[in-house]
Amino acid sequence: MVTETIELITPVLAVLVSLVASVLILASGKYPNIREGWTFLAAFTKFGLVMSMLPLILDGKIITYTIVEMLPNLPIAFKVDAFGMLFAIVASFLWIIVSSYSIGYMRTLKEHAQTRYYFCFAIALSSALGIAFSANLVTLFLFYELLTISTYPLVAHIETPEAISAGRKYLAYLMIAGVFLLFATLVVYHYTGTTEFAFGGIAGLELLPKTMLTILFAAFMIGCAKAAFMPLHAWLPAAMIAPTPVSALLHAVAVVKAGVFTAVRIILYVFGVDLMQASNLWLYMAYFVSITIILASVYAMRQNNLKRRLAYSTVSQLSYVVLGALLITPHGITGGMLHIPYHAFMKITLFMCAGALIVTANKENISEMNGIARQMPITMLAFTVGALGMIGMPPVGGYITKWFLLLGAAELDNMILIAVLLVSAVLNAAYFFPVIYVAFFKKPDHELEYKEAPLTMLVPIVITALISILIGVWPDAPGMFLDIVNIAVANVTGGV
Amino acid sequence: MTGFDIIINNLPVLTVVIPLIAGFLTTITGWIDRRLCWYWVMLTMFIVVLITSSNLLTVINSGTIYYHLGGWKPPFGIEYVIDLLNGFVCIIIAFIGLMVAIYSKESVKKELPGKTIPFYSIFLLLITGLMGMTITGDIFNFYVFLEISSLTAYALIAMGDRGDGLVASFNYLIMGTVAASFILLGIGYLYAVTGTLNMADMQNILPDIYGSKVVLAALAFFMAGFSIKIGLFPLHAWLPDAYTHAPSTASALIAGLMTKVGVYAMIRFMFSVFTPAFVIDITRMTEILTWAAALAIIMGSVFAIAQSDIKRMLAYSSISQIGYILLGVGLVNVIGMQGGLLHILNHAFMKCALFLVAGAIFYRTGIRNIHQFQGLGKKMPVTTIVFLIAALSMIGVPGTVGFTSKWYLALGSIEAGQWIFVLVILVSSLLNIVYFWRIFDNIWFGNPHEKEHIKRDEAPLTMLVPMVILAFLCIFFGFFAYYPLHYILEPLSNTLLGIMP
Repeated sequence: MVTETIELITPVLAVLVSLVASVLILASGKYPNIREGWTFLAAFTKFGLVMSMLPLILDGKIITYTIVEMLPNLPIAFKVDAFGMLFAIVASFLWIIVSSYSIGYMRTLKEHAQTRYYFCFAIALSSALGIAFSANLVTLFLFYELLTISTYPLVAHIETPEAISAGRKYLAYLMIAGVFLLFATLVVYHYTGTTEFAFGGIAGLELLPKTMLTILFAAFMIGCAKAAFMPLHAWLPAAMIAPTPVSALLHAVAVVKAGVFTAVRIILYVFGVDLMQASNLWLYMAYFVSITIILASVYAMRQNNLKRRLAYSTVSQLSYVVLGALLITPHGITGGMLHIPYHAFMKITLFMCAGALIVTANKENISEMNGIARQMPITMLAFTVGALGMIGMPPVGGYITKWFLLLGAAELDNMILIAVLLVSAVLNAAYFFPVIYVAFFKKPDHELEYKEAPLTMLVPIVITALISILIGVWPDAPGMFLDIVNIAVANVTGGV
Repeated sequence: MTGFDIIINNLPVLTVVIPLIAGFLTTITGWIDRRLCWYWVMLTMFIVVLITSSNLLTVINSGTIYYHLGGWKPPFGIEYVIDLLNGFVCIIIAFIGLMVAIYSKESVKKELPGKTIPFYSIFLLLITGLMGMTITGDIFNFYVFLEISSLTAYALIAMGDRGDGLVASFNYLIMGTVAASFILLGIGYLYAVTGTLNMADMQNILPDIYGSKVVLAALAFFMAGFSIKIGLFPLHAWLPDAYTHAPSTASALIAGLMTKVGVYAMIRFMFSVFTPAFVIDITRMTEILTWAAALAIIMGSVFAIAQSDIKRMLAYSSISQIGYILLGVGLVNVIGMQGGLLHILNHAFMKCALFLVAGAIFYRTGIRNIHQFQGLGKKMPVTTIVFLIAALSMIGVPGTVGFTSKWYLALGSIEAGQWIFVLVILVSSLLNIVYFWRIFDNIWFGNPHEKEHIKRDEAPLTMLVPMVILAFLCIFFGFFAYYPLHYILEPLSNTLLGIMP
């Protein structure tokens, strides 16, 4: 399939917007309202810029822009294709939502160092978009590292020894991963003379000896520790010590999705469908992530802290995305890619609900939440929507991605993977239903009065919950995620 | 011939003569008014920067410059030769010298009251020595300048911390003299067998007598001598003390330049006095060098982790970084060589910036212990951000200069089939994270409530400007490394390795 390429500076602007905003945020630190004004302005501008590229992408075109040739033959360049667009839309749209939520959360709790918080948040968003638009591995690595560094202050935000040690853990895992990613990038460059992503995979890699190829793939996958594969997941629950908006946007969407995004990029755009199939690497890795899918759900059941339970749920769900890409059938890939936005909307709803519970009721543990729905009915309804989506019950979006994944696994006649998907759905139910049960049906310890979180928090929660339903009842709306994913899948599978 | 022509024709020698004369005239300027010294040194360094830039441009455009001192043709007279290699190193010396000179104003006033005049005089003489070592094409003349730079460095270090500075200087003096003796012996041996002191001549004559034990011994002496001068692990013992106890300004200058010029000399002797064939195939010196460098990279970083004095930590980090340069050179392929040479530039920016930051913090707070850095982020925001950028660059985060050289070095190692060195480079960047990140944590995190009361108290402007410029360059060349690589380092690496592109 021939795709038309257009040179356009828009992706650069979309990435730069929040970098510029970060400087302005820093400069207006003394005036909280102006400072948050910058955040909103940047968030809307960013989303607008991203959306302005959507018609071109839906037209089947690709947008490229080379910023600078950093080293001879090694440009820092952007290439916007359907898959990158998918991640960019999710990240930039949810930034608007979470910005509103952040204001409610941070001000109600009177958090310290809010300027640093918004500053780092803006840089993290630039990095996420940079990852989405990267045209090659080196550009991706640049933003990958920037994302790690800029989110460290957010994890260590409360600055207690506990938070600092969680931050160190975060850094240790992700920086070591970065080294593996760099190593793999070097190897690819050494053997092929390029690091640019290509729809069928980078040409020349198929000539590598089998052992080298396996080592390379392993190094890449370790490099994607942001995707929180077990046993490289421990940083994610530790990072839950961060303020909830950070957990919501960064550790349910931007950072972890950057990880799975990178993993999928590597599987489909560096190695390519044919090479994955020929080398059988897809099967080993699929079994490997299956372990994560099951085990993380089991871990999730054992958590009493709601945010940690959600974190383990994220660990499990992230591997769905990678599993989808590994199935290397059009249906499987569709399921995997589609799970990026779908999981994002559902999980961010869940996290924002958890944050609302902290702010309004000061409750973090599930065991303390008896009958909490009487106090916060809207929040808990939204929570239920998100949870149903996770389990895969219609009409909330989650069932669609699971359906595609099952189709993909069925096409391959692989009973083990089908079983994994089904067992996982049961496990999801096993750790989400108790929360719903406790909140709605257990008798509260004392009388609770209706008291919801501030509107700046409640509105975002309702919006994402509604979108989670919308993408479930009308997934094939024109220009929505399924459309974009279809183009991306056609790209990588050669238009089947 | 007009006066202007005379200046233009004599530019190569002016790089050495101007700081030499200006160094002595500093005494007179200081005698008129002590405060004039700073302006005088700045002016001198600025002129030197212009001259070295002009020299480098000439070399890039029209090839190597040969200058005969006093009109005496070699092998009788002294020849100055400026090619891409020393043109590149000279401009680094001049530029870092200028940055440190700007910075020195307040620092010298506070740390060295009453020693302003001798300090600036010696400062310029040190630059003279370094320039001379770099620019000369005559190995005995090289030795003379080596001694000038060494003696001035001993003096600068001795001006530092009362007591400790003297001891450090004395240690350095002993080690430096041993090194210089080795080098002098090497020069003597080569003179004995070739009858010439001109490097180019020597390179022509030597290949016929490579079998000679004298030539082998000379190479061994040179390598031993230079290894001490650049503090190659395990011959580094003098270096941490010298860097730690020197005055802040001197630390920045010496750490940024002295070892670089030593490395330059090592490269020059290996590839332009001897030939690539001799050091690569016949003696396999480069291979030995890579292993020594790998050891230095790891051990330097490990020792750095154990330090709590920031200057001492940076000194150990220098030991590790010198290893990067030598590793790149020792790999003897074009990519690795480019990485090594590029790291001379990059490390000069990063390490100089870091030492300047350490000096600025010491200037404002009197603190050098990193465990007492709490709250500095609020007190000195600009200084600490410069520190952040330079440190991230040391770690090798992409978008900074550290990444570009790391990329080339690792790629060069793969090219050479030495996977173990790839591992060394990557592990070392992790170790860098370990010792820099704890400082970040101290600067920006911990005790949020105490920080409320800290007032902003930034370093003076003359200190901030050079630091910010260096930090900017750390990022600028992180994205635009293409230019030095394409115009200077790639042709240079080809020439050094004797490859016709």
